[in-house]
Parts: sequence; structure tokens; C-alpha cells
Amino acid sequence: MSNFFEKSDLTRNDAEKIVSDTLKKCDDGELYLENTKSETILLDDNKIKNSSFNSDLGYGLRAISGEIVAYSHSNEISKDSLKKSSDNLKSTLKSAKGNYNYSIPKSNNTYYENINPIEQKSFNSKVEILNKVNEYLRSKDNNVKQVTANFNGEQKSIEIIRSGGETLTDVRPLIRFNVSVMLEKNGRKETGVYGIGGRQSYDSYLKDDKWKNVCDEALRIASTNLESKPAPAGEMKVVLGPGWPAILIHEAVGHGLEGDFNRKKTSAFHDLMGKKVASEGVTIIDDGTIDNRRGSLTIDDEGTPTEKTVLIENGVLKNFMQDRLNARLMKTKSTGSGRRENFRHIVLPRMRNTMMLNGKQTQDEMIKSVDRGIFAVSFGGGQVDITSGKFVFNCTEAYEIINGKIGSPIKGATLIGDGPSILKEVSMVGNDMMLDPGIGTCGKAGQGVPVGVAQPSILINKMTVGGTKL
Amino acid sequence: MVKDQEYLSNKASYCLDLAKKLGATDASVTVANSISENVNFRNKKLDESNRSDNLGINITTFINKRKSSISSSNLQRDNLDILIEKCVETTKHTPEDEFNALPDKDLLATEIKDLKLYDESHFENEKKIEYLKRLEDSASSNNKIINTESSFSEYKSNFILANSHGFSKGYKSSSFTASSVTVAKDEKSMQRDYEFSSRCHLKDIKNAEDLGIMAADQTIRKLNPKKIGSEKISIIFDKRIAKGILNTFASAISSSAISRGTSFLKDKINQKIFSNNISIFDKPDLLKGVGSRNFDTEGVKTDTLKLVDNGLLKHYLIDTYNGKKLNLKSNGRCGGTSNLYFENGNIEYKDLLNCSPKSLYITETIGHGSNIVTGDYSVGATGFLVENGKINYPINEITIAGNFKDMFQNITLANDLEFEYSTNSPTMLIEGMVVAGK
Repeated sequence: MSNFFEKSDLTRNDAEKIVSDTLKKCDDGELYLENTKSETILLDDNKIKNSSFNSDLGYGLRAISGEIVAYSHSNEISKDSLKKSSDNLKSTLKSAKGNYNYSIPKSNNTYYENINPIEQKSFNSKVEILNKVNEYLRSKDNNVKQVTANFNGEQKSIEIIRSGGETLTDVRPLIRFNVSVMLEKNGRKETGVYGIGGRQSYDSYLKDDKWKNVCDEALRIASTNLESKPAPAGEMKVVLGPGWPAILIHEAVGHGLEGDFNRKKTSAFHDLMGKKVASEGVTIIDDGTIDNRRGSLTIDDEGTPTEKTVLIENGVLKNFMQDRLNARLMKTKSTGSGRRENFRHIVLPRMRNTMMLNGKQTQDEMIKSVDRGIFAVSFGGGQVDITSGKFVFNCTEAYEIINGKIGSPIKGATLIGDGPSILKEVSMVGNDMMLDPGIGTCGKAGQGVPVGVAQPSILINKMTVGGTKL
Repeated sequence: MVKDQEYLSNKASYCLDLAKKLGATDASVTVANSISENVNFRNKKLDESNRSDNLGINITTFINKRKSSISSSNLQRDNLDILIEKCVETTKHTPEDEFNALPDKDLLATEIKDLKLYDESHFENEKKIEYLKRLEDSASSNNKIINTESSFSEYKSNFILANSHGFSKGYKSSSFTASSVTVAKDEKSMQRDYEFSSRCHLKDIKNAEDLGIMAADQTIRKLNPKKIGSEKISIIFDKRIAKGILNTFASAISSSAISRGTSFLKDKINQKIFSNNISIFDKPDLLKGVGSRNFDTEGVKTDTLKLVDNGLLKHYLIDTYNGKKLNLKSNGRCGGTSNLYFENGNIEYKDLLNCSPKSLYITETIGHGSNIVTGDYSVGATGFLVENGKINYPINEITIAGNFKDMFQNITLANDLEFEYSTNSPTMLIEGMVVAGK
């Protein structure tokens, strides 16, 4: 646990006084202190290309009155700096007449251990694994022309001081291990990428040569793509594999169910609460409470314990994801979804681990039912326009389906769909739910936060595939 | 006020000296401070104010051919001592890389030109609020606009880059940005669009009323879109999308992609990669240019480069490390391009719309569909159907796809280049792309 006041002229007592004084006529707000230590070790082109360590320290002071948020942050934790921030907030909110809401729910649950993954594994042993990855891949296939592998580890300590002095703390470990391989055969180049990670030590993911599985998977994807044909263009049936393809759910409906867009009525979902938005059998939750998952949080960045929030139950829209501000304005409660990238950013309602739950069908049944379509197994990034509801994502591994059978692999293509209607086009939900391997980062308003996704295989009746073959 | 040169250079030289004392053979330090003040409006009311003060340091230490780096936002002396010691220790354990080095001394910038990148004017929050009121009044004057979100931000920064070759330079810069995002609604659909203006000098920012009207008009015209069938078609890229294609070209000629062999433009120097009359420039010394700079992130001087000359690729974007690997000298492009632009074409915008009887005019793309290894391009798109030179009706939920190798050979540019951003393009027509829809 960081002691933010140890080397500062600012005492905890001073800080509490300034916070209470700043927020006395406000509806909500807090002082958020953060200390993050992170490292990156990167192997690329046969060499350790980058070894870097980052130490980031700072605070953000937030005051909310009605709908107005005033925020000031600095990396100088001092009496003078905090006073300046306080003055800045008070001048913005001079006409504030709020009633501070002191209540914040409590929970004793934690979803990860208080560890520092960077220090738990020596620098030399990390370098050694990266070198082994490089040798392993290059010796396994002569077509390997480029290998990139990296470790990212961090420990983020946060402390939240609310008006009246209530203090909440959390220490969050996070690691990620990633491998990218490029193959070249007959003048054609293709890449394959795979990674794993979560809120545990490096060794929990890598011991017993588990790094080899990551290499094998990256190599398998790249090899598949070397044989790929141009993707078809037009509307067709799409079978999505289990696990990571759930970023479709994240983009198509997840963002549209975040509280801020619905309070502002800019989401295509804002007037659909209690209505049927998905086929029967489709249940989607956003869960911050799964042990050691990338998107899990013991408390969110406002201090609210996270929870398992049911968004869509058997096709019907049940809840939005809320932070304290949007919950108050929409007269509901925070779902523990208030998150920020770091102390430089304001809190927004965000996803944690977004999951579609199991149905009854098998992937085999889905494939067999398709005359002409595609089977998408892995994706790169996705994006959504929450107002028009249109979303896209890019296939990194996909196959054509012809007459109920999986055919040739196809080149990376963008799939586009309409968020509010796509879930009504889900005609089969599989029984093979999988969590993603722990690699997702979600971007919103310039802030990236770690998230997870999960789903079983699903069959979508109609989506537009952005290939080049007419 | 941002920290002055003296404060920043004192920190930098302290770090350089300490790194040397602890055993680094070379070192490089960047210390930067920035202050920004934003005000956000929503539906004609104050929504958010945000002040940020960022101080940060990056240190890279070398022990001969070994290299490691640290960064921190905590510049207290005892923290710097711990970090530099850690950095030097890690350097000792990092394997050698024969190409690791500071830039050659003779390539370092020697003079700092006044590029007019800093405007000291301070736009008080009250004035930002007054500007945003006018902007939002104008943006919401049409009753189809149901939501407006606008912001005004003022950003000032100062930095020092110093290295153990004796280089120590930096300068202030500023930027002022006004933006507006509007949502329009009719019985059948809801659409969002935006407009913004970002400049080094306050007085160059677009007029509030004009900005509001532009955002609103661009949104309203998207209402009630149709989906079209899949076909091969000519595509006209609005300037704001065309500049993205130019940025993809820039990442494909970065020396890191070239030396790693992960670019479709590897080994294409002096080859014809664009249509005949296409030329591309990167000009770092444009006065008040949003991307202007005196030297790159390693301190190497930067000259204007004609990257593409009448269709022929002439230069990669080279930094020190990848330059040594490719046996080429750095051309001061560590950190990428500066003010990158296509030279104007010789056809009027309205004639470009008339090039084919039917084309698509694309105003927005979504997704990360540019693959610089293969050149494959496939993105979600929104725009308009153009028939016989007239913008007919809005289109959405389609994708457009092609391969840059072919696309670049089929570009026609209009003559409407303006310097609004750091990368700029005239309106662009590309023939023979595939649209996927119904």
C-alpha cells in the first residue's frame, strides 16, 4: 500500500480538510490518489528492443454539482498544489447548492491478491523467456520471418478520500504476455497474434512452459492466414466462435448500455428499458467480481464495490451500467462501473467483464445450418457509433461456410452490423461459453481501461461482411 | 504557467550527470511540462471543467550497446535517484544490441527557428464559456438537433531534450481547440457528427457560430440513411478521411516497419507506388503548423522531404536505431511525420464528384481495418451516394475494401488542399474499390 503523504508537506489531515471544504456545497466528489509502477520488456527482431520502467504518481480532485463536473489533477502531491486545485474547482462551482451524499456501499470481498507482479519475477528470467519464445518459434517453422514478444506488468495503488474523511483503498496487479509472429511464404506475408493475462503473477500464466501454448496459437493463426482467400462481400450468416469474439457484444450493445449515453439520450438504447432487445435465450451480464480477471475490480474508481450487473435477461433490457454521477441523475444506484484510466481522467461508466451466458445448442449445429456464410474465430479491434448504433470489428481468423461445412480460411475483413437489432438476429446460442484469454483494452473518450469478455458460440442470421469478393 | 527552460534543463542535467556517475556511457533525458484547461458544454449548459498539470521525465541510459529507459511523473530528487539507479542496473542486464546509440553528433539540430508555435494569450474560462454558448446556440438552432456537446481547450507546453553529446534544447508550444459534437433525430433515425478547429494561435480558431453550423449541418444531412447493395464502385474520400489514408502510408514507410520487414512498401524506394502526378511532402518548418518542429524526438534536425515525387517513393521516415540497421542516416523522423500533405491535384472539387456517373462520398469510417503488412484495407463506412455529380442521399452500415497497393495507383486528387491539421489531404477519389452492403 502506498503512503501518499510520506514524502509530502501535505498531511492526511490537511488533505481531508481541503476535500471537505471543497465539497461542502457539492453533491459528490472525492480526492483520488494513485501510484502506478509498470514495466515493459519487448523482444523484437531477435533482440530485446525495449526495457522500460514507469513510475506514475498523482492525484485528481473532483467536485460535482448537479450535472456539472469540475476536475483538477496534478502529479505534484503538495499542500500548495492541492489548494490550487481546490480553488480552481470552487471558482467553477461557485453557485453550487448540493447536498453531499456520504453513503457508499461496503463489501469485504476482494478479487485479486495484493502483489507486485513486477518484483515477483526477476528481470533476467523475463528476458530469458522472451529469448526462448524467439528461438522456439523460429526453429518451429522456416517461414517465420519476424517474432515480437512482450511482457507488460503493473501494480496500481489507489486511495480515495471522500468528504468527511472516509477513505477507500485498493491495490491492483495486472500483467499481460503477448506474442506476434509474421510468416512469409511465396512472397506473401501474414501475421498471427495471441496473448494472455490477468490480475495474477507472471508465473501463474507462464509456468510449466505455458508460454509455448501462446506461441503455438500465434503461429497457428499466422499459418492459417497464409492460406487465406479473399473474403466475400455482402450480407450473410455469421457463426462466431466462443471467447474473445464476444467483443462483438462489447461493441454492439455494451457501450450503448453505459449510463452516461443513456442519461444524455444519445444511445440508441435509451428508451428501450424493459423492452425486448434480443432474441429469447440471450442473457448478457457485466461482471466485475470474477477472480483475477483483467476486467475485475474490488472497488471501482469511486470506491463502490463492483458487482455482477444483469444487462439483458432472456432478451429483455434490465439495467444500464452506472457510475455515481449518472446513477444519481437517473435516480438509480451505482453498479460499481465508475472507472478512469488514471488520475489524469474523469470517471466514466465503463464495462468490466462483459459476458453472454450459455444457451443449449452446439457449434456443430450452427455450422450445419448455414448454406453460405462465415465462421469467425478471432478478432482484432472493434468500434461503435453509439448514436447510429452501427458497429464494426475486424476478423483476424475466419473461414467460409459452404453447405453446412467449414471451408477455406478467408482474409481479414471488417464485419458491420446494427447494435440494437443484431441481438434479435441471434438465432442460436451455444453451450460452450469461454472467457477471453485476458488481453482486452477498451477505449472511450480517450481513456483506455482493461476489460474482459466471454460468450458461447452464436449464430447471427444476417451481418454485412466487408470482403472484396463480389 | 508552464515551467521555464531553466527549471527543465536543471532537472535534465541533474539526471544526465547522475546517470554518467552511476556508470552509463551515454544518456538522454526529456523533461516536459504541460498545462491544459478545458471547458465542456452540453445542451447549452456548463457540463465539465478540467484543469491538468502534467510534469514528466523520460530517461534512457546506455552502457555501450546496452540500453534501458524509465519514465516518471514524480520529479522529487529522491525518487529520481532511485529510478536512475534502477535504470542503470537494468541496462547492465539488458542484452546488447549493436544498433543502439545516440544520434550522430553532426545530425543534431544546431539552431532553433521561431516557427510561431507559441501563443501566450490566455483565454479565461469565462471567455471559453461565452464562446461555447455562441457555438451551441448556433449548433442547436435547427430543431432536428437534439443534443450538443462542445468543448474548448487551451494547452501550453514546454520541454527540454538533453543528451550526453551536449545537446540541450527545447521550446514552448501552445494549442487551442474548439469542438462540437451534435446529435440529430428524425422519426426514423438518430445520427451524430462533429466539427472542430485546432490551432497554435487563439485568433486562428474558427468563429464559434460557423463551427456550430458546420457540425449541425454535417449531422442533419446524415439523417434517414439507406443501405446499398454490394458492388465495385469509385469512392470519394472527404478530406478528413483522406488524411487518414495518408497517415497509413506514413506508418508503412516508417523505418521500423521497413527494417522489420513488416510493411507492404519495403524495398519500394524509387518505384512507382502512386498514380503519376501524386506528390507527398513532409514539411516541419511550416509557420504556426500544427505538426511543426525544430528537431525530432532524438534531437536530430529535420528538413522538408518530398516523400513521393510524381508517384515514385523517395524516402522512408528514418530514426537513428532503424537507420543504423538499414545503413541509412536518420532524416529526423523519430516520432513520425511533421506536417504531412499531398500536393494539390489539378481538378476542381465539383468535377471530382462528376468523375463517374455513380460514386460513394465517404465522410466517416470506423474500425481498425488497415493492415500495413499486407496492404489490405477494410473498414465500416458512412457517407452519401453521388449520382451525376450531385450528392443524392445518405448511406450507412456498409463496408469499403481494397488493397493499398492498388488503391494508391488509382488516386485522383482535387485542388482543395488546406492546412487544418498536422496531416492534410485534398478531397480524394479512388477508383475500383469494393463496397459491401445488402
